[in-house]
Amino acid sequence: MMARLMAERVAFMTIVRKEIRRFMRIWVQTITPPAINAILYMLIFGGLVGSRISEMDGVPYLDFIVPGVIMMGIIINSYANVSSSMFVAKMQNFIEELVVAPVSNVTILAGFIVGGVARGLLVGILVSVVAFLFTNLSPMHPIVTLSIAILTSIMFSLGGFMNAMFAKTFDDISIVPNFVLTPLTYLGGIFYSITVLPEFWQSVSKLNPVLYMINGFRYGILGSSDIPLWHSYAVILVFIAVLGATCLTLLNRGAGIKQ
Amino acid sequence: MTALKIEQLRKTYDGGVEALKGIDLSVDDGSFFAVLGPNGAGKSTAIGIICSLVNKTSGRVEVCGHDIDTEREAAKANIGLVPQEFNFSVFEPVESIVMNVAGYNGIKRSVARHRTEHYLKQLDLWDKRKVPARNLSGGMKRRLMIARALVHEPKLLILDEPTAGVDIEIRRTMWEFLTRINCDNGTTIILTTHYLEEAEALCRDVAIIDHGEIVEQGTVNELLSRSMMETFVLDVDSTAKARAVSGFDVRLRNDDSVEFDVPKGTALNAVFQTLTDAGVSVSSLRNKENRLEAFFLRLVQSQRDESQDASSDSVRLGKES
Repeated sequence: MMARLMAERVAFMTIVRKEIRRFMRIWVQTITPPAINAILYMLIFGGLVGSRISEMDGVPYLDFIVPGVIMMGIIINSYANVSSSMFVAKMQNFIEELVVAPVSNVTILAGFIVGGVARGLLVGILVSVVAFLFTNLSPMHPIVTLSIAILTSIMFSLGGFMNAMFAKTFDDISIVPNFVLTPLTYLGGIFYSITVLPEFWQSVSKLNPVLYMINGFRYGILGSSDIPLWHSYAVILVFIAVLGATCLTLLNRGAGIKQ
Repeated sequence: MTALKIEQLRKTYDGGVEALKGIDLSVDDGSFFAVLGPNGAGKSTAIGIICSLVNKTSGRVEVCGHDIDTEREAAKANIGLVPQEFNFSVFEPVESIVMNVAGYNGIKRSVARHRTEHYLKQLDLWDKRKVPARNLSGGMKRRLMIARALVHEPKLLILDEPTAGVDIEIRRTMWEFLTRINCDNGTTIILTTHYLEEAEALCRDVAIIDHGEIVEQGTVNELLSRSMMETFVLDVDSTAKARAVSGFDVRLRNDDSVEFDVPKGTALNAVFQTLTDAGVSVSSLRNKENRLEAFFLRLVQSQRDESQDASSDSVRLGKES
């Protein structure tokens, strides 16, 4: 039993190491674009447009958008890392290296997810460094900030994994980020507080799960949020539980991997 | 001990194709075993099921005494697979590919590093260890997959057409390597191949699959002893004189050689005596074809004939009713 656990630990570390090495090898594609995007958001929305907007939720507009911009980098990169890595492994058939090895599906899933979280957080840190060059912010609640960032990254890594399990073509792994994730992120309150919306649209916005993550993260940095903090944690944890169970079921069935 | 035991293994794909129709197979520990069969016979499906790459419909598979359903990890730990198609990340360096698979098998990095070096050197790939796999030649890629399959030192090594598309020299080197692994390490080897010369040269035991069923199984010698006729080719000084001899059906091959069939086990002295009496000088004698290949072709053809007879019978019966 102990030997089995040790073997699983070695396998887990191998998958994580491989995943991190993969996105670091192509850092120009994976790490730099979010930093450049962050600079553009800060300059355009914060500096140029933002200077004409006095305050949002009682804070300067540039400060207001910083948590959302960081969170957007975390969400998109966590998702993209796992979906592309898993999909390429399926397409080039080297996922078979893991399927034939004596490694449990929980370990396989955990390895890919930690790889996604590593990229999400690395991008988050990079965007934070860029963003904090434009502002004088420091997180008011560091534990909340860090925990919301990690949990959100886990959730979207799981989403990316599920997408890759179902995907049959490269189009299939770009449809969800382009047509679902990006709109939900932009409408999730990065650039505005939902209190500025009419009541009906405020209610509609509350159906968007990304709103809870951005507001939870904003609470961690600014100390203010449109949503009670426990709602943010609850929504993220429920999504993690559902997506995690679905991914494991798909792996156990060998969906898209085994014949 | 049995390295592999298969009982009533069936696989029906989603489209309704019945790839395996309840096969039974037993491979002894330390054996060098060939699984032969025409394309689409079910060889790769069987290997896929043994290695957990294909879900079986029913039946039971045991690897080194471990059931692949109830003792999945233990069964997998004993298997090394060299698949038919290249299945590694083409962007990864050779060394990383082998090291990663060692890690997936729970081997610590210090041990994995040592074994990776050992097998890459054995397979003449050590100089290429930093090269991305996409830059390797076809033969090198095959050898990389063998090194990768051996890095966790499995008791059962399964190779699905390992020498397909490999030149003769590399093929011979791979044969020597596999024989050494089998003899020195005691690794059980199961090999599928279309080169029957390969199976005859390497393997002690053979199973022939056709249409999802095992149609023959035994040692190579047992199967060959069931082959009734052998064809010999003679290089002679006069093909006209050779063809004129009586008592044998001598056929012309080209200007310098003829061929003839004899029942298996027939002493050839009488043939030579007859040719000598006819004034024919023989400069060389050889088997026309690989013996196992001849047996295999006759067997597969007879299976085809039987199934055609059966289907035409059923058509006739259908018409009568």
